[in-house]
Amino acid sequence: MAIFDTAARPAIGGGFRLQWEPAQAAHVLLYPEGMVRLNQSAAAILTRCDGARTVADIIADLERTYSAAGLSSDVCDFVTFAIERTWLELLP
Amino acid sequence: MSDPVPGPPLWLLLELTYRCPLHCVFCYNPTDFGGIGRELETAEWLRVLAQARELGSVQLGLSGGEPLVRDDLETIVAAARGLGFYTNLITSGVGLTETRLCALKEAGLDHIQLSFQDSTRRLNDFLSSTRTFELKSRVAALIRKHRYPMVLNVVLHRLNIDHVEEILGMAERLGADYVELANTQYYGWAWRNRAQLLPSREQLRRAEEATARFRERVGTRMRVFFVVPDYFETRPKPCMSGLGRVFLGIAPDGVALPCQSARMLPGMSFPSVREASLRSIWYDSPAFNRFRGEGWMKEPCRSCPERGRDFGGCRCQAYLLTGDAANADPVCALSPHHHLVTEAVAGAGRSAAEPPAAAPLAFRDHRGGASRE
Repeated sequence: MAIFDTAARPAIGGGFRLQWEPAQAAHVLLYPEGMVRLNQSAAAILTRCDGARTVADIIADLERTYSAAGLSSDVCDFVTFAIERTWLELLP
Repeated sequence: MSDPVPGPPLWLLLELTYRCPLHCVFCYNPTDFGGIGRELETAEWLRVLAQARELGSVQLGLSGGEPLVRDDLETIVAAARGLGFYTNLITSGVGLTETRLCALKEAGLDHIQLSFQDSTRRLNDFLSSTRTFELKSRVAALIRKHRYPMVLNVVLHRLNIDHVEEILGMAERLGADYVELANTQYYGWAWRNRAQLLPSREQLRRAEEATARFRERVGTRMRVFFVVPDYFETRPKPCMSGLGRVFLGIAPDGVALPCQSARMLPGMSFPSVREASLRSIWYDSPAFNRFRGEGWMKEPCRSCPERGRDFGGCRCQAYLLTGDAANADPVCALSPHHHLVTEAVAGAGRSAAEPPAAAPLAFRDHRGGASRE
């Protein structure tokens, strides 16, 4: 169950940093004294969470980029998961 | 679980200096740090950062000693951030003025971890042999003002573990987001003072209960990590996630270490960044390969189904307790030396009610603690 509206604008949470690591060939999310290595779909979502695009924009962009349909529930599930871990915050 | 090609040293810890205005009795720094050679210069630290980043290091700890003693800390942070490191300052707070905090923020510092010794001025100041309690409270307020997450670290031991409730209350008043209650690990000065610092099982139980009550009350507003002292366990910690697998430490004089405490292991020659590249140190040096994989293990580790999970525990603890760094960590109940740990714990139980013990505490200083004994 989504805890947000798809008009919300997610951004990377305070204290977290998202970056590409060549040595790991992966995007990682860095936080105080820790790191999460992201799989490709998590990275595809998080790299689009720039505080400007809405969740609906992100879903549309991903469906276009990957020529897929029906990504909405997967994206919303992941955004919920990321908000619960404070990887993401929603901007007003 | 043995991988022939080691991964990158994701975690880089720079111990910028052994100098520290505090004299904590539980410090893991070497007790003979006063005799260790001259500190790396700024340009040398910057070279280490660049080489480590190229190897894939990404989390950077800046520690010591007290890293704020170095007046080039801001330069080091700026260079690290520019290279893409996530920068963590691990500090006592002494020397963290608002001017320096602003400069560090400007340089791109990501995170500050502030240590306290206790919730009371009396014990904080006694344990560190300084008058720093009020100063730390002021620094905590500054850290919040500059919108850093407030991360407090309190090292627990027999003299303060009964104050866990008050310590957590203090953290709440200071507006902490995270609190790490880290039970003392017995290396360096803490090893020397172990008889006075090891808590009793009963003390530990009460502290865990107090922590659970606090967690229930504050919920997710403040996260509390309670690091159980490994002497009370029956399986060892996967120390450093295995030596030479993710962690690379550089001591103040440039000596590269697979663990901050490893310097005292006998028969090991740790390479210096003054003489070799980090790449050759990490991949090729005998010191970093000595405890990689499983070839070095003895029984009961060698045939143990859990060896891929805990890597036999801590090499330093194996050496300190048994005299052989290749033995199983005696914290493990399968170790033939496990009685050394259970006897120490039982001894702490007997004397827990007594005032700090007959042998005097050795306060960390550059003369090896001799001046106060």
